[in-house]
Amino acid sequence: MVSIDVWNAAVDFPIFDAKSRSLKKAVLGKTGGKIGTESKVPIIEALHDINLSFRHGDRIALVGHNGAGKSTLLRLLSGIYEPTRGSARIEGKVAPVFDLGVGMDPEISGYENIIIRGLFLGMNRRQMEKRMDDIAEFTELGDYLAMPLRTYSTGMRVRLALGVVTSIDPEILLLDEGIGAVDADFLDKAKERLHELVKRSGMLVFASHSDEFLVELCNTALWLDKGGIKEEGSLRDVLTHYKGKDPFKNLNPQTLARIGASDSAAPIGSNEDS
Amino acid sequence: MQATSTLDRPPAPPEASSRTWRKAFHDISAGARQRQLWAHLGWQDIKQRYRRSVIGPLWITISMGMTVTALGILYSQLFDQNLAEHLPYLAVGFIVWGFVSGCLNDGTEVFIQNEGLMKHLPAPLSVHILRLVWRQTLLFAHNLVIYFIVLAIFWMPITWTALMAIPALLLIMASGAWVALLFGIVSTRFRDIPPVVGSLMQLIFFMTPIVWNADILEEKGGNMSIAKLNPLFHYIEIIRDPLLGENLVMTNWIVVGCITLAGWALALFVLRNYRARVTYWI
Repeated sequence: MVSIDVWNAAVDFPIFDAKSRSLKKAVLGKTGGKIGTESKVPIIEALHDINLSFRHGDRIALVGHNGAGKSTLLRLLSGIYEPTRGSARIEGKVAPVFDLGVGMDPEISGYENIIIRGLFLGMNRRQMEKRMDDIAEFTELGDYLAMPLRTYSTGMRVRLALGVVTSIDPEILLLDEGIGAVDADFLDKAKERLHELVKRSGMLVFASHSDEFLVELCNTALWLDKGGIKEEGSLRDVLTHYKGKDPFKNLNPQTLARIGASDSAAPIGSNEDS
Repeated sequence: MQATSTLDRPPAPPEASSRTWRKAFHDISAGARQRQLWAHLGWQDIKQRYRRSVIGPLWITISMGMTVTALGILYSQLFDQNLAEHLPYLAVGFIVWGFVSGCLNDGTEVFIQNEGLMKHLPAPLSVHILRLVWRQTLLFAHNLVIYFIVLAIFWMPITWTALMAIPALLLIMASGAWVALLFGIVSTRFRDIPPVVGSLMQLIFFMTPIVWNADILEEKGGNMSIAKLNPLFHYIEIIRDPLLGENLVMTNWIVVGCITLAGWALALFVLRNYRARVTYWI
């Protein structure tokens, strides 16, 4: 059963300045006794009091201003950061797509990069080779896959990364902003594939500033502010409170119908959040 | 602010500590299972360095060959040694030193250099360690070609004891792993460690019998403890003796075995306590 549960979790980053990050202070500090400099390492509380419970089929949008903790939360959910306080339990195969430049080697071919990314996500070489045709078709990169990655545009890299994560049947898909570099046609295609994936096997957590993407991909939302959860609820409610205006208002009827929001298009005067 | 699904969620577990032996061992076993990943990355590291060069990784072998030949000729004259004896001695010493110092020097940087990867793709810490040890093993294999060339040139007899080089190599690899694990974790927290280790290694190179023979020291009535108190001397000896067809010295094996065990115990302890902190520190 795919699930994410987080109880009162916090993520604190110690900030070592140049001095405290050296041995000198740790060694001399003990022998030197209490001189005024004995203050502890300053800490940035990137996340605090995080309580979450996501289940199969959830498509969660992460919204919040820059520095609100969206990326940190995604890393917490992927297991890269273990909470400094509280606890987190993530069950299911996690596939993160964060910074697209990282974890990809610009000097090797797209094909090789696909294999390495797949290996990182727990696949083996044979399994990835079997999926290669599927990925090549989905990304529409074709023969380009034989070229070194440095010749790719940003959008092409996004395609490649999305192609890999969607091909391996992940259960928990974590997307950070940055996938906005793809063109509209591809986004349509990707959306379909992502929906299918979430329906079949799991959940999606997507951090973005783009209403357009969020509306297309998510159904619920989590508003982070200064490292804490400010609001959690349906996408429309949270986005309306976050932006101060209803983002669904400006959408044309086709889009609304497509994303299945027409049935919930009732005015949102009555808020469910307490 | 009530989440819709909070009602049916399981009760909060007691605060789960990330400092448990179970999680530390799980890190290692999960890393070992991702063999294809670290093997691929380790080989990639080598290919990367010689990308678009015509003879590629063969440069590793060539540069080692040149160093060994030049230094072998020079030092055999300086020390009045027979070239046929001194050059193989120096060659094997150099090759093993390459592995040992590679594990130590790269080990201090193993997590610092992989910061990007570690912050974007979740993977056990041990994957990076295994990748490093595998890369050093591949470099070692490239350099070992020089040994066989030297063997052929000087027409040295090969004995069955040469097979003891295999367990010796395995011991050195096991040590390389704990060194990288321990120094890698500590270095992410204390950034002075890599330069300290770097400069110490240079000093230790000259203090270890690699270009000079410990026997000369003894003949000249020097203090043998200079060599024997150096743990790296024993590491080099356990593999140099069998490869040169000399008798094995038990002491060397015991010292290396003890250091490997003690080192692993220490590295595991550090892994248990600071495994989850590494991504915070890098």
